[in-house]
Amino acid sequence: MNAPYLAPGLPQPAPAPDGLDAPFWEGLAKGELRLQRCRACRGWQWGPEWICHRCLSFDLGFEPVAPKGRIYSYERVWHPVHPALKDQGPYLVALVEIPGAGGVRLVGNLLGDPRQTVPLGASVEGVFERHDDPDASFTLLQWRLLD
Amino acid sequence: MNRTLRGSVAVAGVGETDYFKRGQSPDPEFKLALKAIIAACEDAGISPREVDGFASYSNDRSDPSRLAAALGCRELRFANMQWGGGGGGGSAAVGNAAAAIAGGLADCVVVFRALAQGQFGRFGQGPRRKAIFGDGAHTAPYGLMSPAQMFAMKVQRFMRQHGVGQAALRAISLAAYHHAQNNPRAVMHGRPLDEATYDNSRWIVEPFHLYDCCLENDGAAAMVLVPAERAKDFPHAPAYLLGAAIGAHFRAGAPVHNTPDYATSTFKTLAPRLYEMAGVAPGDVDVLQSYENFTGGVLMSLVEHGFCPPDGCNEYFVKERFLAPDGDLPLNTSGGNLAECYMHGLGLNVEAVRQIRGQSSNPVPGAQVSMVISGPMVTPVSCCIFGGEATL
Repeated sequence: MNAPYLAPGLPQPAPAPDGLDAPFWEGLAKGELRLQRCRACRGWQWGPEWICHRCLSFDLGFEPVAPKGRIYSYERVWHPVHPALKDQGPYLVALVEIPGAGGVRLVGNLLGDPRQTVPLGASVEGVFERHDDPDASFTLLQWRLLD
Repeated sequence: MNRTLRGSVAVAGVGETDYFKRGQSPDPEFKLALKAIIAACEDAGISPREVDGFASYSNDRSDPSRLAAALGCRELRFANMQWGGGGGGGSAAVGNAAAAIAGGLADCVVVFRALAQGQFGRFGQGPRRKAIFGDGAHTAPYGLMSPAQMFAMKVQRFMRQHGVGQAALRAISLAAYHHAQNNPRAVMHGRPLDEATYDNSRWIVEPFHLYDCCLENDGAAAMVLVPAERAKDFPHAPAYLLGAAIGAHFRAGAPVHNTPDYATSTFKTLAPRLYEMAGVAPGDVDVLQSYENFTGGVLMSLVEHGFCPPDGCNEYFVKERFLAPDGDLPLNTSGGNLAECYMHGLGLNVEAVRQIRGQSSNPVPGAQVSMVISGPMVTPVSCCIFGGEATL
């Protein structure tokens, strides 16, 4: 297993207590990207909500989608705003749109050289980054550029 | 019926405390609020007991009932909080107060904002708790957790899509620091900024250098609003509210960076409403205060308010254009959030009023149409236009 992209000690994601995004985190733990989709109108929606903004149905589910996307925007972070990142150096955060899920967007890190030039629209694929911390296990979805 | 606030309410008084670097106020936050309100009342020549309403934003902690009790206000008739964080409510609070006055709910409303970050913690830091859930669970573990990091993502896309260079952002910062050198209240008074210093400053998060980011300060600011028919009963020339607009576009609040129109300052739907109510066009604006959480927000705000086409930013955003008194569009003439003080932008409204009175430290001669853009890139945002007597 590769080392995580960012230094340890950042906040650990947990499912929302009301359960709204629990299927997403359960999916990541099994190496699967699951996003919210309306059972009535079949529209995708992200972040998850209790109602479909298109048809106002409450009948929503989560469906697997291939973790393939495009760079919608990105940023190179230099200034650490969390003690865990004090010695991290620059890192890349990407906003990735998922054409296979209606173009919804996910935030993740872009793996590889943190000083690389990042073209908008570039194709990326997901990399499941498992964290087995003593007090919590969770999986993040990272991204790498496809040639 | 033509429903409008145009010309129905005026600003009779403005006041501020001294401004401090964050954590350095000798006074607690509530005391700062009291001091700014009393200063605004003194400026208006009224007793604080006459105040019958309060309006604020960004979850201000100074509760109107406590304020009214502390100040001995004879009666409280309006207590208003604009939803939403950051500075997005800076002009909304003015609009809400004006609506209360125009609608007959109250007669003398104070708009205020008070901040003491030493007492209550900082904005520009990530969360310290170990587990995180909700929207933050989808961003913070990836190192996206501060306001600068939230907004850089929008600005980066806008700049890439429209080929905007770093010099456009630099011009905004240089103009603010230039103006602060004439403003003794400014935290950055005596600390001028030149191009090389900007260029050599460290990155916070691309495309923001250090000098693209607002300050974090302690202090308070306040304004006294009254019905227009009373506007001439006060010592200073009235600044009338010509228009205000509040809100956001379709699904601007879609979670985790999923708003359909993403690379925006959130003003596309507000600007036409503002101009229509105020009865002015961008070319009529004499002086502009545009909220700088980050310079990139100012860039998109000016585009969305019709001052510059999105593909013309490199030509438009030059420092000289933004300097009082002679620039085409004097911008952030107090030094603004970058160089005067970060009072969540209420200082920008105070400065807009001072311009109409001719009391700015960087006066724009004859300024009659004075505009404020509050809190770009958040939702909801707001904007307003003040006018002098000649605009009615």
